[in-house]
Formats: sequence, structure tokens, C-alpha cells
Amino acid sequence: MLELSNVSKRYGNRLALDQVTFTVGDGRLTGFVGGNGAGKTTTMRIILGVLSSDSGTVTLGGDPITEGDRRRMGYMPEERGLYPKMKVLEQTVYLARLHGWTPAAARRNAVELLERLGLGERMDDTIESLSLGNQQRAQIAAALVHRPEVLVLDEPFSGLDPMAVETVQGVLADAAAAGAPVLFSSHQLDIVERLCDDLVIIAGGRIAAAGAGDALRAEHGSERWELLTTGDAGWLRLQPGIEVIEFDGGWAVFEAESDAARQAVLAEAVARGEVVSFTREHTTLAQVFKEVVR
Amino acid sequence: MSTVADTERRTPSFVDSVSLIAGREITMRLRSKAFVISTAVLMLAVLASVVLGSIFGTQTETTKVAVLAGATAVVDESDALEAVPADDGAAAEQLLRDGEVDAIVAPAASEPLGIIVTGLDSTPDSVVRALSVRPTVELLEPAAVDSTLAYLVAFGFGIVFFMSALTFGTTIAQSVVEEKQTRVVEILLSTVTARALLTGKVIGNSVLAFGQILAIAGLAILGLVLTGQRVLLGGLGTSVIWFIVFFAIGFVMLAALFAATAAMVSRAEDIGSVTTPVTMLVMLPYFLVIFFNDNPTVLAIMSYVPFSAPVGMPMRVFLGTAEWWEPFVSLAILLATTALAVLVGERIYRNSLLKTGARVPLGEALRG
Repeated sequence: MLELSNVSKRYGNRLALDQVTFTVGDGRLTGFVGGNGAGKTTTMRIILGVLSSDSGTVTLGGDPITEGDRRRMGYMPEERGLYPKMKVLEQTVYLARLHGWTPAAARRNAVELLERLGLGERMDDTIESLSLGNQQRAQIAAALVHRPEVLVLDEPFSGLDPMAVETVQGVLADAAAAGAPVLFSSHQLDIVERLCDDLVIIAGGRIAAAGAGDALRAEHGSERWELLTTGDAGWLRLQPGIEVIEFDGGWAVFEAESDAARQAVLAEAVARGEVVSFTREHTTLAQVFKEVVR
Repeated sequence: MSTVADTERRTPSFVDSVSLIAGREITMRLRSKAFVISTAVLMLAVLASVVLGSIFGTQTETTKVAVLAGATAVVDESDALEAVPADDGAAAEQLLRDGEVDAIVAPAASEPLGIIVTGLDSTPDSVVRALSVRPTVELLEPAAVDSTLAYLVAFGFGIVFFMSALTFGTTIAQSVVEEKQTRVVEILLSTVTARALLTGKVIGNSVLAFGQILAIAGLAILGLVLTGQRVLLGGLGTSVIWFIVFFAIGFVMLAALFAATAAMVSRAEDIGSVTTPVTMLVMLPYFLVIFFNDNPTVLAIMSYVPFSAPVGMPMRVFLGTAEWWEPFVSLAILLATTALAVLVGERIYRNSLLKTGARVPLGEALRG
């Protein structure tokens, strides 16, 4: 389990991270969401030891993270980049060896991974000769070639084509299934929603919410109801204790002050004509995010 | 968690990381066409200068003179003159006017030397010198080393230090900025420490610089031996050994400074301006030793200032003006300065690596 407690970081006069505290459980895919400049990259850099924090601790399995632990972490920085003049395989093997793998094992890992990522044909080409999409795949290989036991990925899906997104999703799920704590940030909330077990939401350097996705949705999603009738649903606006969020002909999304008010809507709808559906709306991550950050 | 056999993976030591990084630096440099070609050109230049030196060095300059009967004996005594016999005064004058000879030597009983020398439009100095009688000269304090030779050696030490330090210093600077510009540095820093990265770069490039210098030295010595110029070698031995020792340490100091200053910028175009102060430190000893190789005071100061000691001290050892203990004291000063430069350099390097965009101010780079 990867755990951050009270991590703060100051850049000059600006407090970039303010008492950041959250955990990434073993085998849990954890999404890290927040606006631009909220502190995601700074947090990840501190986890990896690339940056030092001003205060607070980062622990892995209860013990402070050591250099040795960090060798077993896979990191994909937000700012992508590899040696442009090195060949794809050569570079991947080099990074695996920096993590302590023997030359033969490093090579075997690299070949396997590159083939899985669809770069099997391009292994002897230099990075600079690859297309942007393939460079991104090589970048993923660079983060995973040493078979990391903890993954910290900053925007792993940005700039990827749908095929590569699929591959990376698979790789992340495999890692989590094998018991690794996986933390990744993304602006693509739909992917986060689909993949993640847990969520950490950061805003202005502070953790706004953290926990299991379902729990967060239950806690922060306002209860919304969707009504679809065959007639016009304009009368809904006049119902007491009801706030209409969206409205279009016979369709409306509303929030109810109380169960009684909601029941009254249903009764009224039935009385007025044919009800096609009356459902509780699933709260999306985007809604939770807006709610929490507000 | 997945478990992996310990035989395939272990936590790499500092030395493991440094050797991997140094190895990459060397491989990538050797693969660069520019590096291979420039080294080949440098080697050819050294070989050419040794061979040409031997050709010109063995040629003794002789001057042709027209000799009239009666003066032949005098001219034949001089090695520097080649006699062209002339039948009479008119024939000799014709030879002189045609430019066939530089002067006419004719017998003259009334002269103290018994001859008279005729030139065309100016006094033929080389002929006069060859025919002059010189008194024996004794020096109370003879200079140990011929001044021309001293100049050549000073130039040699100066240019080798200057060229190598500048070439490989710039290479390090480019390699640092390349990693910053391509952002690969963040992945590296999440894997190895900034210290290992810096050490690997410095060692990798030092090995290359050293290899190049040894190759040049080897080629020069081989050339000198093959062309029979062993004399020049004799006096150089000790000073060359000192030069190598001083260079090895001094280069590490400069390399750390080049790496640190380069880390402050994010674009290859900015390397030139940011490393200028270090470049100056490299050029200064070169110019000083060339202009002041006959000035004992300047050389003495140079031999103790860390930045010029790699050139200054071997020069004084060569000239025989340094006491036996002096190189050791200077070496201690150089070692201390190098340690300090590496510490400060590492700090600047570590603090600047992740700051992309505008140039990092020195104060900020030092504070962190």
C-alpha cells in the first residue's frame, strides 16, 4: 500500500501541495483527478523522489520509501521524452538495466513488451524516426519494462490512439490484478470512471475527496431523477419542492427536496398521462468532480 | 505482488548505475560520425606535424656563393656555404645578378680576412655570418632549456589542454541539455540519483578525453621515434607524466562545472552563452602559457591556481624551475578545488534539471 500523509510543497510564495494525504491500496486502480495546476504532477514527482517534499511522508507498505523501492516503481512523467538517437530496443533495455535487471533478462522483457505494444517491427529504429503515436508506445514500454511493482503514471492516456489506450488499460488492469498499487492521473474522466476502483480528487493543492468510487458517488452525487412521459412535462416546474435541472418536451431531470415531493411528481405524472420511465440517475464522475471542487 | 528471481534482478549499486551511464555516453559518442571524423582529422594533423617537423628539421640551410680562385679554401671551411666556382669577376657578377648565388667571395690580400664579399643590393648576412670568426662564449648561468623549445612545449601543453577540455566539456554540456530538452531526464531521475547521473557523464566523457589524449600522445611519440627525433623526447618525460595527472583531475573539475552550468538552460542554443564563464577558464591558461612561458613569476602563479595548474605546473617541471615538492602542493590545491567544484556542480545540476523553460538563475540553482 502506497500512502501519503501530510505532504506539503511550496514553490516560492505559492503553496503547491497543502497537507496532501491519501492511500493507494494494493491491487487497487486509483484515479487521480484534478484541474490543471492542482498539484497532480508535483504529487507524483514527490512519490517518485524526483522532487523532495517540504514536509510529510510517503510510505510503501508502512515503511518510508527507499531508493531500492523506487527502482521497483514504474513512472511515466507528464513530460514525455526518450533519447531521440537511441534505438527503441536499445533504449528500453538500457532503462531496464538501470533498474537492476541483468542484460539477458532486460532484453527478454523489452522484446516481449515492445511486441505487446505493437512495436515489434520497429525495435531497431531510432526513437526520432517513429511517429508520435509510436513514440508514446515506446514511452509506455520505458515505464513498464522493469516489471514494476508499483505504478505511478501521469496522464498515461494522453496522445494515444484508441488501440494504444486499450493496450494500456489492459496493462494497468493486469498490474492491479497482480496486486500492484496503481495510481494514474487523467483528464479523460470517462476512462477513469470505467477503470478505477478508487478516486483521489485534488484541487488547489488540497485533497478534496478520496475513497472508493462508489462511495464518493453516493456521498457527493446529488440525488437526481429522470422522468420521461409521452406528454409535455412543463408542469414539473410548478411542483413544490422540485428543482428542474434539464428539460426537453416530455423528458426532464430534476432534484427533489424530499421523498414526498418526488412521490408527488410520480403521482402527478401518472395522473396526467402515460409515464414511459421514472429512474434514479447514475451520478457521473464529472458530476462528483464538479461538486467536490466547487 | 509479483516476485522475480534474484538472479535476474537486484538493486543496482551506485557503481553499477554510474558504469551503465558512462557506458551509454561512450557508445553514443563513438557512434557519432562527427566525433569519429574530428578525431581522425586531429590524429592526422598530429602525425603530419611530426613528419613535416622531421623533414624540415633535418634540412640544413646552405647558401650558394660564387667563389673566385684564391678564396675557395675559406668558403670550403664553412658548412653553411656552397661554393659555385666562377672563372673571373665578370662571370661571378653575372651569377649574382641572375640570382644564382647570394654573394661573391673574392680574394683580397689587403683585407684582414684575406677576402672580400660582394652582395647585390643588401649585405648578405648569412654569408657574412658564415665567414665571421666568433670568439668562444662561456655562460655563467646557462639556461637549462632552449627558449624555442620551451615555447613549443608550452604551446603543446596549452593546446592539448585547451582543445580536449573544450571539446569534451562542450560534449558534456550538450549531453546534459539533450536530456533536459528531450525530457528523458525525469525518467532517469526516477531511476537513478542526480549524483549517479552526473558522475556517469563526467566519467564517460573523461574516459573519451583521456583515450583521445593517450592516442595523440602515443601517435606523437611513435612519430618522433620513427623519424629519429628522440632528443626532443628525453627532456619531456617527467613533465608529461605530471601533465597527465593534473589533466585527469583538472578535467573532472571542468566537466562538473560544464555539466552544472549547462543544466541551467533547457535549449541547445543556450549552451554557448551559459557556459561562457567556464570556457574562459579553459582558454585563460592557454593564452597565459603562450605569452608568459618565459616569465617565471607568472608561471609560478599559474602553477598554483587550480584552473591553470594543469598547464603551468608541468611547464615549470619541464623548465626545471619547480622544486620536487611543488607539484604535490599544487595537486593538493587542485584536488580540494575539484572536490568543491563537484559538490557545488552537483547541487546546481540537481536543482536545475527539472526546471525547464527560462534559464534558471544561479542563486536559485544553488539554493534549490
